[in-house]
Amino acid sequence: MLEPTSQGASSAPGAAAAVTHARFPGLARRLPWLVLALLAAFPLLAPAFGLEYYVGFVRRVLIVAIAATSLNFILGYGGMAALGHAGFIGVGAYTVVALVEAGFSSAWLAWGSAALVAGLAAAAIGAVSLRTRGVYFIMITLAFAQMLYYLAVSLRTWGGDDGYGLYTPLELGAWLDGAHAQVFYWVVLVIAAAVFALFSRVAHSRYGHALRGIRDNEMRMVALGYPVYGLKLAGFVAAGAVAGLAGGLLASHNAFVSPSIMHWTQSALLLVMVMLGGAGRRWGAPLGVALWLTLEEVLKLYTDYWHWPLGLLLLLVVFHAPQGVAALLERRGGREGAR
Amino acid sequence: MDAIFVFEQLLNGLGYGLMLFLIAAGLTLVFGIMDTMNLAHGSLYMAGAYVAARVHEASGAFALAVAVAVGVTVAIAAVVEFVVIRRLYRRDHLVQVLATFGIILIADDAVKAIWGVAPLLASTPAALAGPVDLFQGLPYPSYRLLLIGAGLAVALGLYLLVNKTRIGMLVRAGASNRQMAEHMGVRVGGVFAFVFALGAALAALAGALMAPISAVQIGMGEAILIPALVVIVIGGIGSVRGAFVAALLVGMVDTAGRAFLPPALRAVLPPSVAADLGPALAGIAMYVLMAAVLTLKPAGLFPARG
Repeated sequence: MLEPTSQGASSAPGAAAAVTHARFPGLARRLPWLVLALLAAFPLLAPAFGLEYYVGFVRRVLIVAIAATSLNFILGYGGMAALGHAGFIGVGAYTVVALVEAGFSSAWLAWGSAALVAGLAAAAIGAVSLRTRGVYFIMITLAFAQMLYYLAVSLRTWGGDDGYGLYTPLELGAWLDGAHAQVFYWVVLVIAAAVFALFSRVAHSRYGHALRGIRDNEMRMVALGYPVYGLKLAGFVAAGAVAGLAGGLLASHNAFVSPSIMHWTQSALLLVMVMLGGAGRRWGAPLGVALWLTLEEVLKLYTDYWHWPLGLLLLLVVFHAPQGVAALLERRGGREGAR
Repeated sequence: MDAIFVFEQLLNGLGYGLMLFLIAAGLTLVFGIMDTMNLAHGSLYMAGAYVAARVHEASGAFALAVAVAVGVTVAIAAVVEFVVIRRLYRRDHLVQVLATFGIILIADDAVKAIWGVAPLLASTPAALAGPVDLFQGLPYPSYRLLLIGAGLAVALGLYLLVNKTRIGMLVRAGASNRQMAEHMGVRVGGVFAFVFALGAALAALAGALMAPISAVQIGMGEAILIPALVVIVIGGIGSVRGAFVAALLVGMVDTAGRAFLPPALRAVLPPSVAADLGPALAGIAMYVLMAAVLTLKPAGLFPARG
C-alpha cells in the first residue's frame, strides 16, 4: 500500500513531477484513484488472504490520517506548530459520548456535532493562542489541550478516568445499517478521501497560497494587506473541526472513549507522524500515519520492545530525511527521471 | 481546614516547587542558550530516579545512591549530547522535538529492558523515615524537609555559579545573545556541553530525591516534563531566576489547588458538581496561570533576551 502512494508523491509540482508526467502520462493523476480503489476493495479481498483482522487496522489508519491531514494543513502550510491537536480529537469524541448519553443514536448527527463543537473549541483556543509566536505557541496550545484533558478526567458522568463505553453502534441510516459487516469501513474511507481531497485542493487555492505566504514571511503578508490573523484563525478552526470529526469516528471505531486519547503524548505523536511523512507535502500526513502505525503493528508482533526502533527511525529521519519520507520519495523520483 | 493544615500544604508546595526548579533550571538553560527544545530532559530525570532507587536498595546508603545517580546520568547525557543533541543546535525547533521524542522512545525501552515494567518502590533513607516536630503540634516528614533544604542549597549554588563565576558569565552571555557571545570569542561548543551536563546533573538530582515520594516508573519523565515546560515559559525562557520564581509559583498553585480547591468548592456548590469540578480545576490551575502570564507578559516574567 505504501508503494503506490510513493509514486503518487511525485505528482506534487516540481521538476520530478514533470518528468514523471512525461514518462508515465496520466499515471500520477490516476494514482490517487488507484489507491482509493485498492483501499475500497480491501475488506472484500482481505478474507481471501486471512487478513480480516487488518480491516479494523486500516480503518484506524484512515481515521488517524484524517486528523493528521488537518494538522499537516496548519503545520505544513500554515506554519502553526500546534502541540494540542489531540485535544480537538478528544472534544469530538466526547461530543459523541454526550449525545449518546443524552439518548441520540444517529451517527451523522453525532459526527457532525463532533466537528462543529471541536471547531467552536478551536475558534476559542485559536483566538487566544494565535497571538503568540514560536515556542510560546507550541506551549499555549499544549496548555489548552491539557486543560481539556483534565476536564475529561474529572467529568464522572462521562466515565472520568475510566472512560466511557459506547455499547450500541451508532445508526448510519435506513439502508446502510446491516448492508455489510464492513459498512463503517467504507464510510470512513469516503470521509477520509473527501477530507484529503478537500485539503489538497485548498492548499493550492488562493487561500492556501496566502497561508504559505504567512508561513514563509508573516511580516511581509501583513505589509501586503492580508488579514493574517483572520486567515490563520480560519485554518486553525477548519483543522480543529476536522480533528473533531476524526475524534467522533475514533469514538465509533473503538466503541470506547477515555481521556487518554487527548494526552499530550498523543498530540506529540500526531506531530511526529506528520513530520515523519513530510510536513507541507500533499502525501505527508497519510504516508506518515501509515508508516508509523504499520511499523508499530508489525514490531508489536515480534517484540515487547517496539518503542526503540521507532525512536531510532525518528533520529534517522531527522538526520537523513529532514523533509520527511514524502520528500525523500519525491527526490528519488527526480533522480530517476534525470538518468 | 486549620492553620496547621495550610502551613503543611505550603511546605509541600515549596518542596514540589524546588524539585520543579531543579528540572526546569537545566531545561531553561539548554533552551535559552542552545535554542534547543529538549523533550528528553524528563528521561534524564527518570534515569536519575531509577539509578538512585536501585543503588539505595543494594547499598543502603542514600547519599551514595544520589551521587551515583547524578554521575551515571551525567555520563549518559554526555554521550547523548555528543551523538545527537550536538547536531541539533542549529536546527528547527520542530526537528528538535522529533529527535528528542525519538530519544524518549529509546530511553523508555532501555529502562524497560534493564529494570522491567513494574514500578520500583524506592524507600526513604532510614534516618529520615520519621516525622519531626517543626513546632508544637506540627509534625512534618523529615524527608520532605531534606528535600526543601537540598533544593534551596542547589538554588543558591546555581545562583552563585551563574552570577559570580567566569563560566556563569559565559552562560549568561550565551543566553542573552548567543551570536554576540560567539563573536566575542566565547567557545560555545564547550559552554554548550557544560550546560547540558549541568542540566542533566540537576535533573538526576531531582529524580533521585523525588524517587522515595513518587512512583518510579516508565513515563515519569514525560509526566514531569510538562510542568517543567510550563515553569520555563512562565519564568521566561533562558532565565534561571525566572525559572526559580515560576517553579515556586507553579509548585504552590498546584499544591494549593489540590489541597484547598475541592473543600472550598464543596462549601459553595452542590456536592455532585463540586466532586466533578474540584479535581478538574486543581489540575488546570497551573495552565491557567501560564495562560494568564503569557497574556500579560508574552515573553514570561523575566525575559532573558533583552
